[in-house]
Amino acid sequence: MSGAWLIALVAWPGVMSLAIGAAGRWPNLREAVSVITGLVLLAGAILLIGPIAAGERPSVTLFSILPGLDFTFTLEPLGLVFALVAATLWPLTTFYAAGYMRGNREGHQTRFFICFALAISAAIGIALAGNLLTLFLFYEMMTLVTYPLVTHHGDAESRVSGRIYLGVLLTTSIGLFLPAIVITWMLAGTLTFTHGGILANTGLGPKGAMALYALFVFGIGKAAVMPMHRWLPSAMVAPTPVSALLHAVAVVKAGVFSVLKITVYIFGLDYAFKTGASEPFLWLASITIILASVIAIYCDNLKKRLAYSTIGQLSYIVLGSALATKLGAVSGSLHIVTHAFGKITLFFCAGAIYTATHRKYVSQLNGMGRAMPLTFAAFTIAALSLIGLPPMGGAWSKWYLMSGSAGVEEYALLGVLALSSLLNIVYLLDIPARAFFLRGDNNVPTAIREAPAACVVPLCLTAAGCIALFFAAHPIIDFVSSALGEGA
Amino acid sequence: MTAFFTETVPGLFNYWVVIALMMIGFYTVIAHDNLVKKLIGLNVFQTSVFILYISMGTIRGATAPILMDGPAGDHAVYAHPLPQVLILTAIVVGVSTTALGLALIVRIHEAYGSIEEDDVLAADFATQDAEQAEEDERSRAAKAAEPHAPSGGDDGAEHEDDPRR
Amino acid sequence: MIAHFVSQFPILVVVVPLLTMPLVVLAHRAFAAWALYLACTWAVFAMACALFARVATHGPIDYAVGGWAPPFGIELVIDSFNAVVLLLVAGMAAINSIYARASLAREIEPERLYLVYALMLACLAGLIGITVTGDAFNLFVFLEISSLSSYALIAMGPKRRALLSSFQYLIMGTVGGTFLLIGVGLAYMMTGTLNMADLATRLPAVFDTRTCQAALAFIVVGLSLKAALFPAHIWLPNAYTYAPSSVTAFIAATSTKVAVYALIRFVFTVFGASYAFEQLPLNQVLLGLSAIAMIAASLAAIFQTDVKRLLAWSSVAQMGYIVTGFALASTAGLSASLVHIVNHGLIKGALFMAVGAMAWRTRTTSINDLAGLGRTMPFTSAAFVVGGLSLIGVPATAGFISKWALLSAILAAGHYLIAALVLIASLLAVIYVGKVVEALYFRPRDAEASNHDAGEAPLAMQIATWALIALNVAIGLHASPELTATGRAAHALIGGGA
Repeated sequence: MSGAWLIALVAWPGVMSLAIGAAGRWPNLREAVSVITGLVLLAGAILLIGPIAAGERPSVTLFSILPGLDFTFTLEPLGLVFALVAATLWPLTTFYAAGYMRGNREGHQTRFFICFALAISAAIGIALAGNLLTLFLFYEMMTLVTYPLVTHHGDAESRVSGRIYLGVLLTTSIGLFLPAIVITWMLAGTLTFTHGGILANTGLGPKGAMALYALFVFGIGKAAVMPMHRWLPSAMVAPTPVSALLHAVAVVKAGVFSVLKITVYIFGLDYAFKTGASEPFLWLASITIILASVIAIYCDNLKKRLAYSTIGQLSYIVLGSALATKLGAVSGSLHIVTHAFGKITLFFCAGAIYTATHRKYVSQLNGMGRAMPLTFAAFTIAALSLIGLPPMGGAWSKWYLMSGSAGVEEYALLGVLALSSLLNIVYLLDIPARAFFLRGDNNVPTAIREAPAACVVPLCLTAAGCIALFFAAHPIIDFVSSALGEGA
Repeated sequence: MTAFFTETVPGLFNYWVVIALMMIGFYTVIAHDNLVKKLIGLNVFQTSVFILYISMGTIRGATAPILMDGPAGDHAVYAHPLPQVLILTAIVVGVSTTALGLALIVRIHEAYGSIEEDDVLAADFATQDAEQAEEDERSRAAKAAEPHAPSGGDDGAEHEDDPRR
Repeated sequence: MIAHFVSQFPILVVVVPLLTMPLVVLAHRAFAAWALYLACTWAVFAMACALFARVATHGPIDYAVGGWAPPFGIELVIDSFNAVVLLLVAGMAAINSIYARASLAREIEPERLYLVYALMLACLAGLIGITVTGDAFNLFVFLEISSLSSYALIAMGPKRRALLSSFQYLIMGTVGGTFLLIGVGLAYMMTGTLNMADLATRLPAVFDTRTCQAALAFIVVGLSLKAALFPAHIWLPNAYTYAPSSVTAFIAATSTKVAVYALIRFVFTVFGASYAFEQLPLNQVLLGLSAIAMIAASLAAIFQTDVKRLLAWSSVAQMGYIVTGFALASTAGLSASLVHIVNHGLIKGALFMAVGAMAWRTRTTSINDLAGLGRTMPFTSAAFVVGGLSLIGVPATAGFISKWALLSAILAAGHYLIAALVLIASLLAVIYVGKVVEALYFRPRDAEASNHDAGEAPLAMQIATWALIALNVAIGLHASPELTATGRAAHALIGGGA
């Protein structure tokens, strides 16, 4: 598999964004181009599974950004998993977005789809980045191309939210992430993602390693570890498809994926474990998990509740990385997949509810399960997956996370995970429970029915995906484990 | 102490003059309000530097650095010509600066009707304040006129009105 | 014959614009003047490229003016360091010449246009002269040539406030120039030479004298005034704001950069870094001042309501980055300084051009008047956004490369506080760039303003702007050649100066 294939994968959505722009006057054509682009991207990514599983690590260097620092793409299993998730969910979201944007008569749809394609391009770039600088480049690109999506409505509220969004993400990335990269470069003389890490032989002591790890994790604001999480609820002013794909999948997963990748390939699991560099983040992530879940309980705005839920769930992945063991990393990457399917389903449902009823508060949903059975059934499935109950995919990631915690004898973490599952039940199952079992208030018009098919079909598919992942988890685990090799 | 007064002061007389002129000129530039006086101060300041250059080239009892015929020419002690040449250039620069400065003052007088810096600045500040006030007013107006999300917007914006409240 | 012609390039880059200047005045008609200006700047640019290539392959070029051997005659020296600056100045002039015609035609009455072109050429000749000369007094003369022409250029600005801005600049600039003259005179007094290389060999013998210390002090203060180093920056915001757009774009990209170059040349080549930084505490002074400049000027930029003034304040802050770099007195720091001299020239050139293009439409540069231009001037606005990102230092832009080089130099020297300040300053840049971008894209066009004809700026202006933007992105993606050149230059300078 040649390296050119990798360039093609990253460039494809970006190039096709031009075609999407050109087709702007014919909405059907535009969306068709979008969906086809997504499917081609997915096919391209799937073709890579075989060679990567066989142990190939295709790599391509385009040019050198700085002397000794190249613009490089390298594909390895972790990256491919992330790329596959993004590539699978993008066409579905596009399909959904077509229904949603028309259903709600949103403006600037062409700009919307162009930015969407560019954001996916950035996500693939992050997944395939061969060194930290390339990753950083696409990381910032992603921040910038999603800004027009967050501020899509162009009114005062979205502008304020856009400020918070850009402010937090740029402040953390320039203020913390960039110096962390420079320091790493100066210590190690390289930024290439290397099996076993690059920091082990640099003479960086445990305290230094801890500080550097903190710079990285806080610097990657997209991972939304508290207190760098404020941008995510703000980003909810965007139209729902944006929240669904970007702020439940692409952007946030890019953040935790970067954390995972830095833990595995920059620090190296052994070095991170030995120095305890990531240990503080076991607790910071735990705090984030609990606090975010508690806040979620008190959010009446459905999308906001889901946003806080995302913050909590992201910290599962950070927690998995911070365990600095093979099991932790595997559970983290598995959770990237399962949470992506679960959360995108929940957002699709939220959007479908809004499209059908123009309601956005949890307290308004009483008794609507009967009017929108498919939507709420899907919601329930996804919620169960996030809570971690079989037979949903989420069960596995939580299982492995728990056994990872037990493996390093951090039993307090088991308590945290158990508590957070309970909290998940409170804030997630609350919603279908209201919809199915409570009686609706009297002023509900009786004419409520399911959202358009373009909205409902994708959410049924992703909900089915949640179940499928329960049975498909082991191939993913084997695949990721092969990247981590033998070790702790 | 006597050596100071008998040798240093007269011996370095030129340099004391240079320093005195320099300070006078610099003070005038800084302290005076009238633009013409400022420019004159600048001139005095520059002139002091010219004298500095000329002074360092002189030798007591030396002649001007001009070629002379005969034995007198071979053994003549003459002042170093290079500083003098340099300062000719610097004088040209100084003259150009003065000319340009005066031209600017003429135009300032045409535009403002005064060559007192305070007056001109006051006029400028007045315009600036007026403009600033206008700009601020416009910023405020623009902010006020900004479209807000329809209250039923599908968002998680902070302004939400909680139906339970 | 051709080889002989090529060997004259070091003097030709100065003489060609100087000699074209009277031709431009004689041409008198606006179009003819512009055509001459265009031809001249591109010729100079071509020669600068040739010189740069020659220095890169064959090493430094010494050129004795009029055949008088140095140290008696005036010598022009082009080494790997000033070749970079030369390329920047000539390149900015060349790109600006495409831009200038349409831009100036809007702001200056037609019968005076030829004067502007003539003055721009004088300014160019002065700046290039400063860059290539190897003679301390000659540097003063060229500095005054460039300064005098820029005073006149700024005074040509459309508002009457340009006059006082220009006068204030004249006073401060002349004081700065005269300080330089005093410093050079004192150094000459102690050594009897004006040739920089010769000075460098003779000065160490008299390092202990107070005259020598005073000479360095006068030179540093004088050039700091020209370079708008905090707190000597007060002339800059007004001058940049009220000058004609095209003039601002050119001066902002080159003038202060060349002054900093001269400062670096004096400190590192003539006096030597060990004298200035070890025997005298110049580096602490410069680091302190530049740290204040970065933060204070960035804060000031946030509160501006005029885009040109906002960018001018940002320039003061960015000068802080440049000075911080060389005040570290390390090869990496000096290299970072030079990288930022070039990159900031490209960034600010592009941004001022974009603003000038907007002003071409709206005739003002207040942020309120630019509201909503994102829709009517999509290309120019996009150029501003990319330039702004470069100013912030987002990856894949030239600004990122500067920041990277600077940060690694600062961290290598162990100045963690300064590193933090640099980062804070770039975050402040997010705020002031964001302010303009929000106005461009999120605010509707003013009702009365939209009565003006809407649409893009002339094509030539857009081409020039986008050429600089493209350079920004190209450097951001592939900075290795630039960093190799600046690294070599810094190495030569530190090695030669020590």
